[in-house]
Amino acid sequence: MNTMSRRRLLTGGLATVAGASGLAMAAKLAARYGLIPPDSGVLYGAGETLTYAAQRLLTRHSLAREFAASQISQYPFANGNHRLGEEFQRLEKGGFAEWRLTVDGMAARPAAFSVAQLHSFPWHSQITEIACEEGWSYIAEWKGVPLAHILDLVEPLPQVRYVVYRSFQRGWWDSIDMADALHPQTIVAYSMNGGELPVKFGGPLRLRVPRQLGYKSVKYITRLTLTDNLKGFGKGLGSAGPEAGYAWYAGI
Amino acid sequence: MGIPHTFQSSGQTAMAGRETADGAEAPTPASLVGHEERDAGADSAQMRHAALVRVTHWLITVSFLALLVTGVEILISHPRFYWGETGNVNTHPLFTLHIPASRGSVPTGYGYVLPDQNGWSRYLHFESAWVAVLTGLVYLAFGFFQGHFRRNLLPISSDVSLKRLATAVARHLRFRRPSEEEAWSYNLVQRLAYLLVIFVLFPLVIWTGLAMSPGFTSVFPAAVKVLGGRQSARTLHFFVSGFLVLFLFVHVFMVFLAGFRSRVGAMITGRPGKRGERI
Repeated sequence: MNTMSRRRLLTGGLATVAGASGLAMAAKLAARYGLIPPDSGVLYGAGETLTYAAQRLLTRHSLAREFAASQISQYPFANGNHRLGEEFQRLEKGGFAEWRLTVDGMAARPAAFSVAQLHSFPWHSQITEIACEEGWSYIAEWKGVPLAHILDLVEPLPQVRYVVYRSFQRGWWDSIDMADALHPQTIVAYSMNGGELPVKFGGPLRLRVPRQLGYKSVKYITRLTLTDNLKGFGKGLGSAGPEAGYAWYAGI
Repeated sequence: MGIPHTFQSSGQTAMAGRETADGAEAPTPASLVGHEERDAGADSAQMRHAALVRVTHWLITVSFLALLVTGVEILISHPRFYWGETGNVNTHPLFTLHIPASRGSVPTGYGYVLPDQNGWSRYLHFESAWVAVLTGLVYLAFGFFQGHFRRNLLPISSDVSLKRLATAVARHLRFRRPSEEEAWSYNLVQRLAYLLVIFVLFPLVIWTGLAMSPGFTSVFPAAVKVLGGRQSARTLHFFVSGFLVLFLFVHVFMVFLAGFRSRVGAMITGRPGKRGERI
């Protein structure tokens, strides 16, 4: 019994040490390759980290599914509360001529773009599905400026790791990593199904992130901030989502 | 006839034997072991379930229950189902569950909206899914390499006939309490049910779940295309989960029928209790 327990103690101890150092090594590597989400410290952070790391390893260059024009939903659903206040109504009456998309943070040439300016930039159009975390979905054609193009114009500093985006709607803000920010299908959309982007679907400007669920495609965006660290934004969890209990990464 | 050799040994060897009881020293099928021999062995080292089977069983139990609770919670935010690629409250559902919803945008006919709990439900749903999947992979590796599937789950060839199947099903439908011999081996219906759960229902529920992930389907679009679209995947996910819940109910019912304390005890300690211990 004695030798038995000693052997068990030894192997158990060795296994624990090996396991712990393996985990520490994995965590270090994961952090280095950007596989740890900003909300990894929340109650369910372990599962969230596994999901984000696994999907990032798989999806770095993958394209969201695109559909045929015949598959565009005839009856899309505009979710959410569209009472945006008097200031929004004033801007809307003026045809959003005064609407600005400010780009700041870690950029060599911060700038502010009008909707008309964005219309003059190279555009990308895509027929993609927007799926809500609740379960419903619709397909639409979205047209807008690739976020990568806007970032090019402001010349991001090399250490930038995230783009934080804010909505006109109070309290709505979010962020994406560079894999999504530089992704060809991530666009600042100003058009839907061939027409103006309707207000209830996020007009005048909506960030469209088709490889993630609908809540990452924030409506009424007014400001993009480039950063290497999300600690200084809100509670430091990456977006308003985790502060309300929702995951920062919504690729699943 | 083979009395497993752990019976004959004692002391340290038997202790060591316990850990791999389901591997090298698997119990001889019940029908081949005499009554006295088994009684003699009841207090000895023979294991009904290998340690790995027991640990993975309870990990899967906990993660499945978490998946079930959070899955129901996610479902009530939109208790409508569709077929095809898309569907929302502006389109016709395939069917609707007539329950209250946690979103005001869903027309339920109820005059109130349940609180939104989707945030933690989604977090926990995916965390539990990871536990279930990783546990399942360990179990599969064990099952294949240690012969657990071949020995304990693959139907015994002499059992494979329609008549045998009909007899076994009939016995189940009459809620006949299983004999004590059956505490040591799975009968035909059990084997088929477990194989169905392990190799059909669990893979299907994982697949249909992943088919709803925009990230996953950007890499593997075929995963959702062959199911007929995202909404079809969601509807199938619901039905496959339903079959798993049905299995859970029948499984727990059969455990009660066979003797709750003895069977649950066997899945915890590895050894079934005596008949007298049954409640």
